[in-house]
Amino acid sequence: MSDEFKIEIVNPEKSFLSKEDVSEVVVPAFEGEMGILKDHISIISFLKPGIVTIQAKSGEEKYYVEDGIIEFKNNTLSILTSYILNLKDIEKNELQELLKNAENESNKPEISDQLKYLADQKVETLKSIN
Amino acid sequence: MASLDDLKKRITSVKSTQKITKAMKMVAAAKLKRAQDSAEKGRPYSEKMNNIILNLSSGISDKETAPKLLSGSGKEQVHLCVVLTSDRGLCGGFNANIIKKAKSYFAKLNKEGKELKIITVGSKGNDQLKRVYGNKIIENISFKNSKNANYFDAEKVGKIIIEKFQKEEFDICTIFYNQFKNVITQIPQAQQIIPLNTKSDDQNNSEDNYEFEPDEDEILSNLLPKNISTQIFKAMLENSASEQGARMSAMDNATRNAGEMVDKLTIEYNRSRQAAITKELIEIISGAESL
Repeated sequence: MSDEFKIEIVNPEKSFLSKEDVSEVVVPAFEGEMGILKDHISIISFLKPGIVTIQAKSGEEKYYVEDGIIEFKNNTLSILTSYILNLKDIEKNELQELLKNAENESNKPEISDQLKYLADQKVETLKSIN
Repeated sequence: MASLDDLKKRITSVKSTQKITKAMKMVAAAKLKRAQDSAEKGRPYSEKMNNIILNLSSGISDKETAPKLLSGSGKEQVHLCVVLTSDRGLCGGFNANIIKKAKSYFAKLNKEGKELKIITVGSKGNDQLKRVYGNKIIENISFKNSKNANYFDAEKVGKIIIEKFQKEEFDICTIFYNQFKNVITQIPQAQQIIPLNTKSDDQNNSEDNYEFEPDEDEILSNLLPKNISTQIFKAMLENSASEQGARMSAMDNATRNAGEMVDKLTIEYNRSRQAAITKELIEIISGAESL
């Protein structure tokens, strides 16, 4: 028995990624990182800014996401996100810009606690990539 | 009868118009392909989103505590209508169809004594609605600068709507757009997005036992605003495909009509040229005879 399952990442514009040979995915769920293996219980959760790590036969891939919802059902993991970047393709100056925006956002005085938390997460993640 | 010169001028002007409509048709055809592609690619996202929400909402037992975006504000007095149209004209009945659909809906609301508020997206809709419903339009949003429909524009519209809902400025929100069926047919649609209509899709997938992290309520209240942006984005994608389709068939018609007109004018031109020659010949012959 193989221990592989299917992953689909979609953003509003298109189907971003689809793989059938995934053995493990680590997602930055809202209440902490979560690893998903085959035959995980059906789950719906949403993401905070962070790194999605996909372990597949073809190698390990890492993606930066800003938000999203995940659904795992019948050994298919769907990730819906409005902003996703492959870490390999990310450019240095693009990263800097994202970081700057995130820092600006988190330093706004009138921001709510939840937004502040999200912005801080964003800053932290972007810094760790750097 | 128009002189030969006049006819010639008309023929050239019709011909150059034909060139323009032909070019517009080809541009629209190329854009249509792209718009159709992105409409198709965008579909999985909104479908998945819808499924998840259906799953979630069927799990919620207590309607009282459900988020207001799902259950509504409990009243249905104030209606907000979001009318999505194009920014450019020359696309056949595309804008007129949406406006017609919207206007008949407005008339119905009026009869029922409901209060009406309008948001127009795209300048053409604003132009046509402001004559009759000018005082009802509370916002006009236009994305003239963005080339293709993109998610961030949709998110902007979504945020405006949600903000207004939270301030309790309206109870029910409906969006109007054209659904793309094929190049010739676009169906104007009215879709209610607040409160969300979950009854229409009675699927039997409520059997699934999902685990939720965090709990259902929190996920739902985060998901619903996103869903509104997604629905608007979907409408925008459908709209842009429809717009190009409508423009393509309109320009195809225009090109054909121009061709017919050129043929007709050419016949008239040749006929009057022939008539002039005959007249001159008669004059010469009768002149020679009288000598």
